Amino acid sequence: MGNRDTSAMKIETPSPMFDTSEMVLNMGPQHPSTHGVLRIVLRLDGERVIDADVVVGYLHRGIEKLCENRDWTQIILLTDRMDYVAAASSNLGYCETVEKLMSVEVPRRARYVRTILGELQRIASHCLWLGTHAMDIGAMTVFLYAFRERELILDLFEEYSGARLTYNSMRIGGLPLDIPPGWDKKVREFCDIMDSKLGEYETLLTHNRIWLERTKDIGVIDGPEAIALGLCGPTLRGSGVPRDVRKDEPYAAYDEFDFDVPIGTRGDTYDRYLVRLEEFRQSLRIIRQAVDGLPDGPIVGKVPRLIKPPAGETYHAIESPKGEIGFFIVSDGRSTNPYRFRVRPPSFCNLQGLRRLVRGHLVADVVALIGSIDIVLGEVDR
Amino acid sequence: MPDESKPERPVAPLPSSRPEGVSPPPAKPKPAPKAPPAAPTAPPDPPPPEDVNEPAFLTGFRATHGTSIEMVSYWVGDWTVIVSLSSLVDVANYLRDAPDAAFDYCSDVTATDWPPRSQRFDVIYCLYSTQHRHRVRIKVRAAADEPVPSVTGVWPAANWLEREVYDMFGVNFTGHPDRRRLLMPDEWQGHPQRKDYPLEGPGEFLMENPQDWLRLRNLRDETEIE
Repeated sequence: MGNRDTSAMKIETPSPMFDTSEMVLNMGPQHPSTHGVLRIVLRLDGERVIDADVVVGYLHRGIEKLCENRDWTQIILLTDRMDYVAAASSNLGYCETVEKLMSVEVPRRARYVRTILGELQRIASHCLWLGTHAMDIGAMTVFLYAFRERELILDLFEEYSGARLTYNSMRIGGLPLDIPPGWDKKVREFCDIMDSKLGEYETLLTHNRIWLERTKDIGVIDGPEAIALGLCGPTLRGSGVPRDVRKDEPYAAYDEFDFDVPIGTRGDTYDRYLVRLEEFRQSLRIIRQAVDGLPDGPIVGKVPRLIKPPAGETYHAIESPKGEIGFFIVSDGRSTNPYRFRVRPPSFCNLQGLRRLVRGHLVADVVALIGSIDIVLGEVDR
Repeated sequence: MPDESKPERPVAPLPSSRPEGVSPPPAKPKPAPKAPPAAPTAPPDPPPPEDVNEPAFLTGFRATHGTSIEMVSYWVGDWTVIVSLSSLVDVANYLRDAPDAAFDYCSDVTATDWPPRSQRFDVIYCLYSTQHRHRVRIKVRAAADEPVPSVTGVWPAANWLEREVYDMFGVNFTGHPDRRRLLMPDEWQGHPQRKDYPLEGPGEFLMENPQDWLRLRNLRDETEIE
């Protein structure tokens, strides 16, 4: 790996000696490795990317506009449909924003269960990311392994909420349901299973020569540039920025648990992989603490039957598996729906950085980079 | 069933019960049509209460850019500074570079639409400092065609976010390196997040008057509450 040709990092202009011309290659919107309907128009010099135009909007459903015409409670259901592989995180972000707007206190038990759901969701989302990212690069087995564990989490969610993907699992002020009897024991068993499986992923990838060749030094971005570009979540932490909403602006019950925020050093695809792999372990650590210390008590705070927050606006962010998901909500104080509903989608902001990341790399690396920033087009386009 | 004993509509007396030659009583004058409720107005942006300490960066911000600040507001723990449109880029540069502010991370750029107001758009910048871990929102007000300077030069993250605001609201950003639509097709007519843009129906249909939309919305609100 040491003698890797680093000239790939620079943008080279074609030599005037040869009669070369740029080629424009259209990738997507129907492409198996774009994780949805993403279109990238690549300008190529041979096999090297000179520039890329990322085209989004193929999955635009107008969720923000729809939410402005729905009840405050009905919106929870729509937030499921944004990041459909991490629905519980969007639920949590939305409910917390409305609670902030109404100054509602959420009972401690509800905050603990929310934390457990959020962290299970993070593991499920990272499993999906790991499987598809590895498959894009050519490691088929990891995909099967990761989906095997994700299935266990979906079973847990199914037992809790009745759904496997769109959970509708939170309510403004708390939770719709208490956890079913014996569920906490199953979560603990899952943690033990997951712990042993993480080693399997690492054996397959972390020291795998092909994996290293395909991910090391690909898409290097340093901390200040990543901040300026608005990258968030594990993509930002891979560049060595210790930014995690769970630590910096604690929500739910995160201020009561011990956990570390893993950061990378070089800011390449391999570091982003290592960061997410470590996040598996930290999530398990949080879940174990939350299940062990699960307090008794009510699961819903004091919320009026008709939800009508006072006139005002607020922005509240939480850490979804993809990064900082923020909700900016304006209430006019007299109608039963928000006047303005805005989501700051983490995938959107990470995808914006793709143009910068792919420059100077090979076409095959574009696929690795799309996987490495972990996007869900349902959330990018809304 | 209480509904059966109390009919909803008064039953008209039978014609035979009225004595001959007596004219029917004059019809009650119809109640005057209810005045439509006033249009929703922007949130009041309440000033900070006495017992809340201003964050440190705001003191320096006031000292250097006092004339640009129109209002400082505090609501449910969020600080919002409303600044004049002409000084936006100045303010953005100051907030990014001043050591006690250091807002190096532009979380979000968005807008809200308040049609009856002459400056109908609020353009909102949600900023965060990775160094001090504090937040602030900057708000500017703009009329429908008024140019809003782009802050892409200050925070490259604003590129797509401003494109989305342009796409959805038609806010006229100037100095943007790549001002195209983002989510809607390039040839789309209208800006879907505007309040006078209908929720349903063909996209080309636009209500000509924002007041039409307000009337519809108020009608719907009333029926929902009943």
